[in-house]
Amino acid sequence: MNRAGRSLARIPVEYRGAREARGPLLVVEGVAGVGYDELAGVRLPSGERRRALVLEVRDDLAVVQVLEGTAGIDPATVAVAFEGRPLEVPVGQGWLGRVWDGMGRPLDGGPPMLGADTRPVAGSPLNPAVREVPRDPILTGISVIDALTTLVRGQKLPVFSSAGLPHLELAAQIAAQATAGGDPFKVVVAAMGLTHPDAATLRAALEGRAEAGELALFLDTADDPVVQRVLAPRVALTVAEHLAFDLGQHVLVVLADMTNYCEAVREVSAARGEIPGRRAYPGYLYSDLASLYERCGRVRGCAGSVTQVPVLTMPAGDITHPVPDLTGYITEGQILLSAELHGEGVDPPVDVLGSLSRLMRKGAGEGRTRSDHPAIAAQLVASLAHARQVRDLAELIGEPALTDTDRRYLAFADAFHATLVRQRSDESRSLEDTLGRAWRVAAELPRRELTMLPAEEVAAHYPDGGPGG
Amino acid sequence: MNRAGQGRVVRVNGPLVEVEGLAAAAVAEVVEVGPQHLPGEVVASGEGRVTAQVYEYTGGLRVGDPVVGRGRPLSARLGPGLLGGVFDGLLRPLAGRPHWLGPGALARPPGGAAFHFLPGARAGGDAGVGTLLGTVPTPSGVDHRVLTPPGVAGRLEWVAHEAEVGEDEPVAVVGGRPVAVTEEWPVRTPRPARARLDLSAPLLTGQRVVDLLYPVAKGATAAVPGGFGTGKTVLLQQLVKWCSADVVIFVGCGERGNELADALADLGGLEDPRNGRSLLERTVVIANTSNMPVMAREASIYTGMTVAELYRDMGYDAVLLADSTSRWAEALREFSSRSGQLPAEEGYPAGLASALAAFYERAGRVETLGGAEGSVTAIGAVSPPGGDMTEPVTAHTERFVRCLWSLDRNLAYARHYPAVTWQRSFSRDAGPIGEWHAASGRTAWGRDRERAVALLAEADRLAPMVELVGLQALPDRERVTLLAGRLLREAVLQQSALSPNDASCGPAKQDALLQMVLAVLDRCLQLVAGGVPASVLEEADLSGLTRVRDEVPADDAGGVRERLVQALASLESLAAPEGSRGGSPAAPEGSR
Repeated sequence: MNRAGRSLARIPVEYRGAREARGPLLVVEGVAGVGYDELAGVRLPSGERRRALVLEVRDDLAVVQVLEGTAGIDPATVAVAFEGRPLEVPVGQGWLGRVWDGMGRPLDGGPPMLGADTRPVAGSPLNPAVREVPRDPILTGISVIDALTTLVRGQKLPVFSSAGLPHLELAAQIAAQATAGGDPFKVVVAAMGLTHPDAATLRAALEGRAEAGELALFLDTADDPVVQRVLAPRVALTVAEHLAFDLGQHVLVVLADMTNYCEAVREVSAARGEIPGRRAYPGYLYSDLASLYERCGRVRGCAGSVTQVPVLTMPAGDITHPVPDLTGYITEGQILLSAELHGEGVDPPVDVLGSLSRLMRKGAGEGRTRSDHPAIAAQLVASLAHARQVRDLAELIGEPALTDTDRRYLAFADAFHATLVRQRSDESRSLEDTLGRAWRVAAELPRRELTMLPAEEVAAHYPDGGPGG
Repeated sequence: MNRAGQGRVVRVNGPLVEVEGLAAAAVAEVVEVGPQHLPGEVVASGEGRVTAQVYEYTGGLRVGDPVVGRGRPLSARLGPGLLGGVFDGLLRPLAGRPHWLGPGALARPPGGAAFHFLPGARAGGDAGVGTLLGTVPTPSGVDHRVLTPPGVAGRLEWVAHEAEVGEDEPVAVVGGRPVAVTEEWPVRTPRPARARLDLSAPLLTGQRVVDLLYPVAKGATAAVPGGFGTGKTVLLQQLVKWCSADVVIFVGCGERGNELADALADLGGLEDPRNGRSLLERTVVIANTSNMPVMAREASIYTGMTVAELYRDMGYDAVLLADSTSRWAEALREFSSRSGQLPAEEGYPAGLASALAAFYERAGRVETLGGAEGSVTAIGAVSPPGGDMTEPVTAHTERFVRCLWSLDRNLAYARHYPAVTWQRSFSRDAGPIGEWHAASGRTAWGRDRERAVALLAEADRLAPMVELVGLQALPDRERVTLLAGRLLREAVLQQSALSPNDASCGPAKQDALLQMVLAVLDRCLQLVAGGVPASVLEEADLSGLTRVRDEVPADDAGGVRERLVQALASLESLAAPEGSRGGSPAAPEGSR
């Protein structure tokens, strides 16, 4: 798993003075034998030590990004030593039950994480030929997700949201409630660029899970240095991969907020003077995001799994913005939140028609959740799509002009949101409860409209005494 | 071998490495960089400095590290072990490599593999380029044909007897040069053929919207642009599974790892209709997922194309599917940005359009050097950022391809899959393919296609009017057109990739389904002309027609026609005077 490439032991040489400090970057002159992407230590005259990563080596120059930022650094007076190895973190169970900053330093007053076993935070690509197809569900206790966009172990399923919507609450609820059917289950959360109130909310919501020793929380707040924001998800994923693929546990990784992460990447890129791409994000943003999102899945012959729920806010609600767009190209579906539904008081405001779990067909159904699950989910989504057309039509021609069937569709959409989607943020529903609600909602429609449901499932689940049809 | 001598690294910036001291490095030459011999390729050379793109993670690489020129371009080893295998972008096998991929050299694969060689020629004659020397049978039935490779010709001095041979062991001597079952070919150089042939025979895909509306010829090119969530990957995987090619090369170029695992599992479990064996056995998978080194992604589509040309030269119909060419273009962009090239549109290098054109131009149906007929059909997915069809990769690609299957987000949202839109798709070979169909007995294909295209266009023209004035305000004829348009979309164009009956559709069932819709349209038009109100026809339960694609087997045209008879009967009973109507307008008793 070591990607260091080589481990030629080397006594770090310290270089005194840098040529230039710019943004998070430091340009060091007169160096020799410095490797690309290796770790460096930066010492200030005050004795303060910071860490840095090599972004480029050219002749006798090394460009490094200082993880803690360059504030307070006078390039003339710093000393930089190159370590000849990549940035690594210790791995192990010791991360669990604790709160850390984006680089893995304790924020809870406890001791630092120590361990003989370390891993480079950049990770290594998983050989695609040894991947196992994800096929077992994770139940979140949230009806709309479990029923219609089932999360599958090894999947990456992001939450696309807009400013002002309760996406962080939803992410916290997923992190607090998710289970893998009795198998050992751990949660790793990397919070990136959150405000302090948001960070406090997140900590509070996850207290129970932390106390149970099932949670490692990495908190990077909006006032932390940008380079730390770039590292936080990598530290979290390195910890998660070890728990999953070395210790055989199911691990859910929540990454929030990826938009803040991408802005940090853009900031570093601009400081390096790189040619900007779409909306001034660097041209490699897709590959960079993929280097995070692809760190999930299942491995043949290994019990554990890494599942990701990245959360991002779409700037100005624009789903074509590079952050949601590139994310959507890498992830396996999305859970889309809608300001309109939130305005109508439907929380969590999941826009079911814009949401999709691509792996659901593997993770739901007979032997996974329940045999009727895929069909009832498909039926509800299709009926909801029709209900939306009916609503548009009703706005044009008026509700009284609708056919009886179409009016039933409007009632169906209301019941759908009231019974299935709306849920308290501290309420965890069992799968039985969720699917029971799904059938009650379906029963708002006449039986003949339920064309996607096999007759025997209708006979078994269509509630008697419903509106019928 | 060490013609270019040894240089030293002077700059490392991600996959970009600059080197000094390489005596004579040609562009496109392979270099080995650093103590781990990381493979790289020269992209610029001059003034004593060489710029190379490195195909592995360059972490730890230092200024001063040694660089060796290999004196030859980036090449792929092409041999009988390709079918059924999974390879990285440089055609190194992924099986047997560790779970976590670390940087590795361009080392040759272990030479232990042995193949069963059957001689196909006798020593003594003349063996020009492309002469069949022998075969290595494979379980898939796609035998590996050992041919006199390009550049070798002369008297066939010796051919091995039937034997187990190593991959580099000579099996023949032609004009004094040994020929093995494995050859090397520079991936960026198109393999030669004797002549290009015209495009007329269709590549059948089993996908109705493709085969009926926007057919692709063997040897043609097609692009599939679509935003995320429009079902691009599912459509491509359907093509891998069901298209009528002998060999499929699937290049997963910067895409999802889980998806690839899924595709591999699916292919492994699917039965090849030709011989009942696993479909994977005549597929070559090149996997360069999005988190694997980015420049290998750039190389992977050329590697894939070279493999496709290899099978073309053996006289097979090969299909190359690249998912996604946008990720390939992004690798170009990333590198050109690091090397400080002047950017053109959206930061892509100015050479993007010509690189795309040159790639698609390697497709074709040819007369091989040995006189056989073979083809490479190239199909590329395009992932336009934000679904913006004017972005450079989409805009350039659609100029170069013969077919465009545009995926539409609104169709996908309405769960109309495959979401190929008739508003932005085309096939430039529909004419010759129609003639080919006519010559092989599907005489109605061209006429039916024209009617279907016209019906879709007419229904699209009417739809906004319905929104403005309401359905009731339209004349009966147009209401029937709308009804038939919906039927065409739901009963024919929609196709479920998950349904055992519907995932692939045979030609006879395709024709029957389309003719079913056209027959219903004709009958309805007659009925409204005879005074039956359109509103009565709209009440008819036609769900038997929309479900038949899913309910009868892939080749069952008769089952489709049965449904049509029932539907026409139910239309008649609806149209009959009030008093004589049957109790139920639904399909008669006993229908499936």
